[in-house]
Amino acid sequence: MATAMSSPPEKKPEPKSKQDEAALISKGVRARPLFDPEILRRAIKESFVKLNPRMVAKNPVMFVVEVGAALTTAFVIKDALAGVRGVFFGIQISVWLWFTVLFANFAEAMAEARGKAQADNLRKTKTDTIARKILPNGKFEMVPASKLRAGDVVFCEAGYLIPGDGEVIEGVASVDESVITGESAPLIRESGGDRSAVTGGTKVLSDHIKIRITSNPGETFLDRMITLVEGAVRQKTPNEIALNILIAGLTLIFLMAVATLPPYATFAIGAIGKGTAPTVAVLVSLLVCLIPTTIGGLLSAIGIAGMDRVMQHNVLAMSGKAVEASGDVNTLLLDKTGTITLGNRQAVEFIPVDGATESELADAAQLSSLADETPEGRSIVVLAKERYGLRGREVAEHEAQFIPFSAYTKMSGVNIDGRQLRKGATSAVAKFVADAGGKVPQSLTDVSDRISRNGGTPLAVADGPKVLGVIHLKDIVKGGMKERLASLRAMGIRSVMITGDNPLTAAAIAQEAGVDDFLAQATPKDKLEYIKNEQAQGRLVAMTGDGTNDAPALAQADVGVAMNTGTMAAKEAGNMVDLDSNPTKLIEVVAIGKQLLITRGSLTTFSIANDVAKYFAIIPAMFVSIYPELNHLNIMGLHSPQSAVLAAVIFNALIIVALVPLALRGVRYKPVSAGQMLLRNLLIYGLGGIIVPFPGIWAIDKMLVALHLA
Amino acid sequence: MTPIGIAQIVVFFAIVLAIAKPVGAFMFRVFEGQRTFLHPIFRPLEKLIYWICGVREDEEQSWIRYAASLISLSIFSFLLVYVIQRFQGHLPLNPMHFSTPNAPSFATRMTPDLAYNTAVSFMTNTNWQSYSPDTTMSYFTQMAALAVQNFVSAAVGIAVAVALIRGFARHTAKTIGNFWVDVTRCTIYILLPICILATLFFVWQGSIQNFKGPVTATTLEGAAQMIEQGPLASQEAIKMLGTNGGGFFNANSAHPYENPTPLANYVQMILIFSLAAGLTYMFGRAVGDTRQGWTIFAAMALMFLAGVFICYPSEQRGNPIVNKLGIDSSYTGIQPGGNMEGKEVRFGIAESALFATVTTDASCGAVNSMHDSFTPLGGLVPLFNIQTDEVIFGGVGAGFYSMLLYVIIAVFIGGLMVGRTPEYIGKKIEQKEVKMAIIAVIATSFVILGFTALSSVARFPANGYWNPAGAAAANIGNNVAHGFSEILYAYSSGAGNNGSAFAGINANTPWYNLTLGLDMLVGRFLFIIPALAIAGSLAKKKLIPTTSGTLPTTGGLFVALVIGTVIIVGALTYFPALSLGPIVEHFQMLSGKLF
Repeated sequence: MATAMSSPPEKKPEPKSKQDEAALISKGVRARPLFDPEILRRAIKESFVKLNPRMVAKNPVMFVVEVGAALTTAFVIKDALAGVRGVFFGIQISVWLWFTVLFANFAEAMAEARGKAQADNLRKTKTDTIARKILPNGKFEMVPASKLRAGDVVFCEAGYLIPGDGEVIEGVASVDESVITGESAPLIRESGGDRSAVTGGTKVLSDHIKIRITSNPGETFLDRMITLVEGAVRQKTPNEIALNILIAGLTLIFLMAVATLPPYATFAIGAIGKGTAPTVAVLVSLLVCLIPTTIGGLLSAIGIAGMDRVMQHNVLAMSGKAVEASGDVNTLLLDKTGTITLGNRQAVEFIPVDGATESELADAAQLSSLADETPEGRSIVVLAKERYGLRGREVAEHEAQFIPFSAYTKMSGVNIDGRQLRKGATSAVAKFVADAGGKVPQSLTDVSDRISRNGGTPLAVADGPKVLGVIHLKDIVKGGMKERLASLRAMGIRSVMITGDNPLTAAAIAQEAGVDDFLAQATPKDKLEYIKNEQAQGRLVAMTGDGTNDAPALAQADVGVAMNTGTMAAKEAGNMVDLDSNPTKLIEVVAIGKQLLITRGSLTTFSIANDVAKYFAIIPAMFVSIYPELNHLNIMGLHSPQSAVLAAVIFNALIIVALVPLALRGVRYKPVSAGQMLLRNLLIYGLGGIIVPFPGIWAIDKMLVALHLA
Repeated sequence: MTPIGIAQIVVFFAIVLAIAKPVGAFMFRVFEGQRTFLHPIFRPLEKLIYWICGVREDEEQSWIRYAASLISLSIFSFLLVYVIQRFQGHLPLNPMHFSTPNAPSFATRMTPDLAYNTAVSFMTNTNWQSYSPDTTMSYFTQMAALAVQNFVSAAVGIAVAVALIRGFARHTAKTIGNFWVDVTRCTIYILLPICILATLFFVWQGSIQNFKGPVTATTLEGAAQMIEQGPLASQEAIKMLGTNGGGFFNANSAHPYENPTPLANYVQMILIFSLAAGLTYMFGRAVGDTRQGWTIFAAMALMFLAGVFICYPSEQRGNPIVNKLGIDSSYTGIQPGGNMEGKEVRFGIAESALFATVTTDASCGAVNSMHDSFTPLGGLVPLFNIQTDEVIFGGVGAGFYSMLLYVIIAVFIGGLMVGRTPEYIGKKIEQKEVKMAIIAVIATSFVILGFTALSSVARFPANGYWNPAGAAAANIGNNVAHGFSEILYAYSSGAGNNGSAFAGINANTPWYNLTLGLDMLVGRFLFIIPALAIAGSLAKKKLIPTTSGTLPTTGGLFVALVIGTVIIVGALTYFPALSLGPIVEHFQMLSGKLF
């Protein structure tokens, strides 16, 4: 919480509870159960609004159903007015056909409602703040945030909302970004480097910063986030379009199969001299049962729910296409530090060389690290303390001058009591020793190489002209990483570790973590080249990144996940933003992408397989007056032609509702090989799809008879 | 079923299995332009043809140019056949004087609509015959027009399959081969040599080859019988090998001259399947993984065996109504038993049922027995084979590319089910491929169901041009469900480019000639053009490496997926129509009704 930070803000313009509330809201939506009463209410209302033919027309399958429902209704009304007997059957059919459309609308509305509820909450937090714009003459001008343009510079201090997306150009501050991330732990934002980006709507908790605004009103990250979670500009993904073509094609075929039945019946009646032609209600019923209404009704819900699931993992996908592409990923580029290994290396061993003793080395190492605040430095102090009982000394007693690490010298250390203690890269320390007139023993290089080969980082320690030994720093591979990478491999995804380490170190860690390949001493350019090379071989590449120099690679990758803590450039280059800034999450995103496609494929199979049973219900019912022998096909033993048709139509409508939870949650996904997955899904959705409707239709038929509805 | 019958079927399948690899490997060499043992003999001829036609052998074509070349050849073929038929009265080799004032009284008039229908029929490799050849076509027409098309249309079909195979085998390529080179090589190195050998074989078995007119014989009963002759052995081989199926005589392969012995019958069936089976192996070779080819082969083989083992027992069981009359139709040492109506005694039940299945698995359409006389279930098998677009080995080339369109649909659905953008042989199956595959399936179902519906209810005025007065359905010889099957079969046969007839329908009227002609054109070109479009689109794509996350497209599970797709798509499309034809007829037969 904010109080955890030092220097609590003096001013508190808003009660603390409000910002907690914002955090709770955005967290709360994510954790909301599948059938929240509020969402349910919203979805039911939307289902009726969506009956508008212009909206249904976007979905060819459901459009056919709606036209069929309208047609049947018109004929029923005509019959009713003419006083035709048996109009009750027609009324029931019409009602259920309308329900079919409503159920499909409901599925879509349910999927959308969750996003809309979240967007509403985000909008609530988007209050118009007053920004303190810094004019060229250095004076402040108070302007509403909505008047800020890219390039403006504003001043923002503790307790105030940041008025727009931008870059810190001066100062450092802690910022509460819970509005966006749902995570209330404050983050440090400072000028320069990779932590300079700030997002409009977030709040400065301490200190003050100068920000250069980088986006115009309406184009901010928050605005984009609202649009995305709301799904207002949802574009169909390539696979979704292809699937739509397939089911539209099947719809056309079934339309023809049904439309040609009246002539066939006319021919048979003419030839045999008895029987009646199928009515419009029965023909429409058959058509609606045959066309893939299950997948047609659920298709867009599946897509929206997939985006929503990504969102529930606190990842913001810029397009559905990106989510879908993540299911196709062949190669996953993972940064070593922070993703595969814990962010920091730890000292695990002191190895003296050239006659120095271990405690001598440990002592020098600890002294040289006392002022070193990096995790590595601290781990050296700790190791020395634990292993040799050396306590941190009060350096103030001594004449101590600390030498900070610089990229130029590649060393740090301390000048204390006339000694010049240095630790750093082996080559740098060797040079330091040589310059001081000392001799560099061969054993230093040997030990260093050995550590490197084993995946460690050697840190040489010298006391003036004398080499004392080497500190072994080790990367600690995250727990469970090996298993996760193995499950990726089962899914056919290669993992590639990206590291700045030398090839020897990299190889050792790669082996320990179980990655398939590694890219050592990687520069941003190397990364980009690696991605391009993979893509040239037909592979799809996913990566995470946060720095500005990651931007080209993020843009080149098929799936680029930018960390929310990263720079604006990185966020704009990627096609997803991870609000938790957890690079390991890429693996979950891949699973969601796959699950999305599997759900579509499985429900398509199920939908088509269902048709078999419906034929056995409707075809005998349709023609039994012409050919009584066709009652042999009534293998379910349905009560009457009317009950059979009605039961099939009701089953067809109810199955849509029954599958809404599956469509929203997604088909269960386990990381197994494609062969096993195909077998499982074919058995459940293919074979199951053929079998399930038989008992289903039979049971509905029995109920209709019991209720005297047919 | 009888042991000998089963053995005949099993041996037949074993031979097809055995020749698939050598035939496929040879075809692969030919279409890759590699040297074969036939090159010393035929290479000069090949070069001569290129020189005459101005074809540049090494020039490749984009799919659009490939398709344009194909269509231009088809138009030329159509016109040539049409003109020869219309002018056959003025052309040589016409001993019966057809289309002249001296034509015999039983001759069929060569009307424009008949000539149109026949030209379309032979150009599309359908070989639907609205006419009776023995009373309509001169020898010249049969040889120069029809037999030539038997070669050309077969070569065109194979060329399309080869182009589609190249689409899978190539990557990041703009072209899919040269149509003219493919057709030439196919004809010279594959069709011609096999046909020469097979022709000699048929002559040895008893087929005739001469230019003589008919002779009149006196039968044992003392009646006069006219026995036709002609240059038919040479047409027999390509009729089967090219899965054309258009008979020299009306009786087709039931005629003793066309199919003299059971051995000849056996060879005819093997010729039908040989190239189609070879193409599956060639496919595997071309894409660098023969298992891919064998998987397709396995899917085809299982569907073939299923069909034949539904058809054969149905025929062997015979007609229960006949059985009930106390007529012994069981198999004994001295009689074949079963339903022998419309079957040749020299072939028996097994070889007739096998032939009927084979000729409709492939889009051949030659018949050695009358499908119209089959039991309802026995007749359902050929009908359903045709309606599923003849993908069981199938017509030369056509069967293979049709099968691949179904495979694309299967891969698309199956691929989604494993959580990736579907891929097949390293190529992504996307919008364009799905769209093209579904267009082909839609097109055939539309013409089959649509024209059947029109012909079921169309009525014509007296003295009209299109059809004799009254219902179009009056042209059928049988009524109710069986009659309906006859119409449905005719349009299925046309759209499937099969050409076999259920018989029992007088299709030689302008109405049927025109609609069946359209039916055949749609069935041919709305499959070929999408197939070539897919070839072009696939050739352009990058090759995607196979991983354990890739849908496995070899092995039993994929075979099941493909078969399931073919059967379910076919069944769902045609079940309502079939239920009013063979299915209801079957139940009626069981309850003792006859037509």
